[in-house]
Amino acid sequence: MKLQYIGLNEIKGPLVFIDNVRGIAFEEVLEIKLNNGEIRHGRVVEIDDNLAAVLVFEGTNELSLNNTTAKFLGHPMEIGVSKEVLGRMFSGLGSPIDGLGPIYVEKTLDINGLPLNPVAREYPRNYINTGISSIDGLTTLIRGQKLPIFSGAGLPHNELAVQIVKQAKIADKKGEEFCIVFAAMGVKNDVADFFKRSFEEAGVLEKVVMFLNLSNDPIIERLIAPKCALTTAEYLAYEKGMHVLVILTDMTSYCEALREFSSSKGEIPGRKGYPGYLYSELASLYERAGIVKDSKGSVTQIPILTMPNDDITHPIPDLTGYITEGQIVLSRELHQKGVYPPVGVLPSLSRLMKDGIGQGYTRDDHQDLMNQLYASYARVMDARSLASVIGEDELSGIDKKYIQFGNLFEKHYLNQNSNQNRSIEETLDLGWSLLSVLPKSELDRVDEKLVDEFYNQEKAFREFQIDDKIVIHKEAM
Amino acid sequence: MNKIYSINGPVIKIKDSTDFQIMEMVHVGEKKLLGEVISMSKEYTVIQVYESTTGLKPGEPVYGTGEPISLDLGPGLIGNIFDGIQRPLTAISKTDGNFIVPGTNVKALDESKIWDVLFACKKGDNLSHGDVFAYVQESELIIHRLLVPQGKSGLVETVKKDGKYKITDELVEIVDEFSVKHSLTMVQRWPIKKSRPFSRRLTLSVPLISGQRVIDTLFPIAKGGTAAVPGGFGTGKTMMQHQFAKWCDADIIVYIGCGERGNEMTQTLEEFKDLVDPKSGKPLIERTILIANTSNMPVAAREASIYTGITMAEYYRDMGYHVAVMADSTSRWAEALREISGRLEEMPAEEGFPAYLPSRLSQFYERAGYVKTLNDAEGSVSIVGAISPQGADFSEPVTQNTKRFVRCFWALDKELAYTRHYSAINWNLSYSEYVGDLSKWFNKNVGVNFIQDRQKLIAILAEENKLMEIVKLIGEDVLPDDQKLVLQISKVIRVGYLQQNAFHKDDTFVPLKKQLLMMEIILYLYKRAQYIVKQGFAFSLLTSTGIFEKIIKIKYDIPNDKLSMFDDYYKMIDESLNSIR
Ligand SMILES: Nc1ncnc2c1ncn2[C@@H]1O[C@H](COP(=O)(O)OP(=O)(O)O)[C@@H](O)[C@H]1O
Ligand SMILES: [Mg+2]
Repeated sequence: MKLQYIGLNEIKGPLVFIDNVRGIAFEEVLEIKLNNGEIRHGRVVEIDDNLAAVLVFEGTNELSLNNTTAKFLGHPMEIGVSKEVLGRMFSGLGSPIDGLGPIYVEKTLDINGLPLNPVAREYPRNYINTGISSIDGLTTLIRGQKLPIFSGAGLPHNELAVQIVKQAKIADKKGEEFCIVFAAMGVKNDVADFFKRSFEEAGVLEKVVMFLNLSNDPIIERLIAPKCALTTAEYLAYEKGMHVLVILTDMTSYCEALREFSSSKGEIPGRKGYPGYLYSELASLYERAGIVKDSKGSVTQIPILTMPNDDITHPIPDLTGYITEGQIVLSRELHQKGVYPPVGVLPSLSRLMKDGIGQGYTRDDHQDLMNQLYASYARVMDARSLASVIGEDELSGIDKKYIQFGNLFEKHYLNQNSNQNRSIEETLDLGWSLLSVLPKSELDRVDEKLVDEFYNQEKAFREFQIDDKIVIHKEAM
Repeated sequence: MNKIYSINGPVIKIKDSTDFQIMEMVHVGEKKLLGEVISMSKEYTVIQVYESTTGLKPGEPVYGTGEPISLDLGPGLIGNIFDGIQRPLTAISKTDGNFIVPGTNVKALDESKIWDVLFACKKGDNLSHGDVFAYVQESELIIHRLLVPQGKSGLVETVKKDGKYKITDELVEIVDEFSVKHSLTMVQRWPIKKSRPFSRRLTLSVPLISGQRVIDTLFPIAKGGTAAVPGGFGTGKTMMQHQFAKWCDADIIVYIGCGERGNEMTQTLEEFKDLVDPKSGKPLIERTILIANTSNMPVAAREASIYTGITMAEYYRDMGYHVAVMADSTSRWAEALREISGRLEEMPAEEGFPAYLPSRLSQFYERAGYVKTLNDAEGSVSIVGAISPQGADFSEPVTQNTKRFVRCFWALDKELAYTRHYSAINWNLSYSEYVGDLSKWFNKNVGVNFIQDRQKLIAILAEENKLMEIVKLIGEDVLPDDQKLVLQISKVIRVGYLQQNAFHKDDTFVPLKKQLLMMEIILYLYKRAQYIVKQGFAFSLLTSTGIFEKIIKIKYDIPNDKLSMFDDYYKMIDESLNSIR
């Protein structure tokens, strides 16, 4: 029989303090019943002898020191799961909100999860074909990877995420089962709606589990939503053998909720007011991706975050990049040029692609080709900044060539329709065509043999309909 | 009995107790979670807990152990993977499954395993601390020398016969001057925060060779030396550490994954079982110890992992081995200090880090060195520590303070990484203070010109750096030809020499001899080309020969075992340049 505690000692932001508690565990959850019958949920975040500090997920509005009864539940925050979660919609705390009633519960799981033993992990190596050149060609997504999208307000990160979901052949040829777990944190209603509609159009709604905490939902609930989502994902992947793609959006709202919690607890703030343990907190989410040895399934994560002020050194993208296995960075400049998806190539990276591309995975030439595209596109940036100083006309022939290459690369390679699904061969061949616009001697990152096999300037000029007027100094001799 | 009074994340307090010592290892709660006493006052004893405290309750018991956090040192370390507090992850995965459950109590070293022991002492021998009393073939590559632990010495009374034993079996019995008997087994304990004693430090004069050109040639590290690798995310810190762990010429590698990714540890584990050490032909795992305290594991154990790793390194150093420690990343360790310090409400210094951050960093790096051991052998511990500066800004406290205590600084550069120039070590910001001490070795063992050639490369790159300031403003076309040539040869150095592809079978590790030959041929090309330019030929005639591209690709085109091919390239240079007229 669990004791009930009437009244509170103190209310401070989202925290309440309950005195004279006994036998309460750290991180135990409780129900707080208001006099008007409403029930809220909370978690013990600190205990001093018989004084418990409790974080109330739904917020402390309307609470007073004497209108509540608290009941401790004797366990940490848990969620009930079974395969019935597929096709359902839940609140950020994991209660059904689609009007279809409770689900059958096969198992209740602690949402905090446990760290995966590195020995039990299997290193991810199989690439996911998204049909998007900038991803498949340059920042290849690997099954079991955590690859976030670093975006900014107003950039098409949602469209990109949806296109990945629609086109990704997550199930491989063996027709293994796949599903999508979607967690919204503090996003607007129409964003959640956009995702739902898109899943519907793609005919995968039956395969989607949604956890929604929208912008008008309680802020502290945002701290719970991704944990519910990842617990569900791990269950589906490691116990039911499914390939799970998890989309978490917007991680920035999650971090802001954490900051609010931390400051109300009176903790010493770190950079930009975020708590010193933001890194560990984020890691406890992002590390819940991967493949384990004794299961067929996998958890692939695509967290989305909006960079405050488009600043990649802001603590949220910064710490994220230190934990995730790469990042896809969207560029406002490309977006303004009308390029979709506006993937800012240079700062983007997929750390796992090195082991999941090339012979046996994509194609032999992939690694070299990718390196050369990066290196050449970086040269474009130098040429452009020089052009902005001395004017494009004054550029040397080779710099002009790079400017031409850069424009074509953005227009033909990066840019594609939101329903265009390119095969990996198309993407790779396109890369070679673009490189062929440059003089052969500029290709210093690729093996000679590959140049002989794939470099074809005439064809490239035809393909992009350019008649080559740019005279390169050294070839003129 | 001592009881938990308060719980705040990984920090718990006990009230009104005088039973504990500072730094004492304790067992916390019914699950007996591992913890360490970190401060005390009349009122409170404060403990940091190395495992998740979820579910812990005030009133649960706390048990002292009377000793500081210590390791079991003995055969079975090599080839194994441990967490930050030396729990054996492979063994744990067998008992607990895929996830790490708090409160697991599996012994660090396998006590049922049988080892072949060869004794090195006989009845009547006088043994003291640090002496070798027996040998065990621990892995295919490593002979474990069993050392007499601290506090035990005397005359050997009994010795078992050479044969098969478990690590806890009594092997030798000694009697000290007070007629007290001590028995020696294969395991000894050592506190992780205390450095192990040695006879004396020796000067550093031998390089730790990595096969990475930019390191070995431009910014070499000595055996027993220290280096820091700072860099923003994705700049190549981990790859650099992996390259070192794979190819450097240490006898033993201790690789500490401190607050980093789980998959990286998995990869290391898998890869090192397959990869073969070029010198011995044996799998790399046979000389490697892995410490994995990944970012999602409890934060206090992250702090311990660094000490756990360095203590194991010192233990093998004391057997006369050269050990290299990779710590990826020391920033996560510093952040663990910050997190615990914050929970203790200590007064923060810079950016929330505790005021004792610099002293902790210096204590850690001080544990590196090249020493004469207690048993008169020579051994060394070298440390390569990655730093993950927030916002890739090197002015932050961990980078700045580390800089004071290390003598190599390999600054990884975001811009270079963006262009996929790897290793993205910025040659303008990086330095090595060992060059002077190692010059003699390089000139004697690699070639008399090594250091001089190195100097020339650096000078050319410095000149390029100056010219680039101008080029950024007015373009390259207006430069005089001799300066264009500087840019051209710099490109050969950058792309053909400094850039090194870790995924290429030959380029991933390059012997010093080839490094020297590559430098020499680049400098030869430069000298010849300078002559052509001086004669007044158009610069474009030079570049259109294609010789620069050829030299750039030497790193791929001349296999490491066919160095005689360099002669063909000299001929090629002569032919193409002679053709200019
Ligand atoms: N020497 C190298 N050769 C080739 N690729 C490299 C090299 N160093 C780094 N990379 C690339 O950069 C990526 C990030 O490197 P990593 O070491 O994980 O960065 P960090 O640890 O600094 O975040 C790797 O996944 C790899 O693709
Ligand atoms: Mg790293």
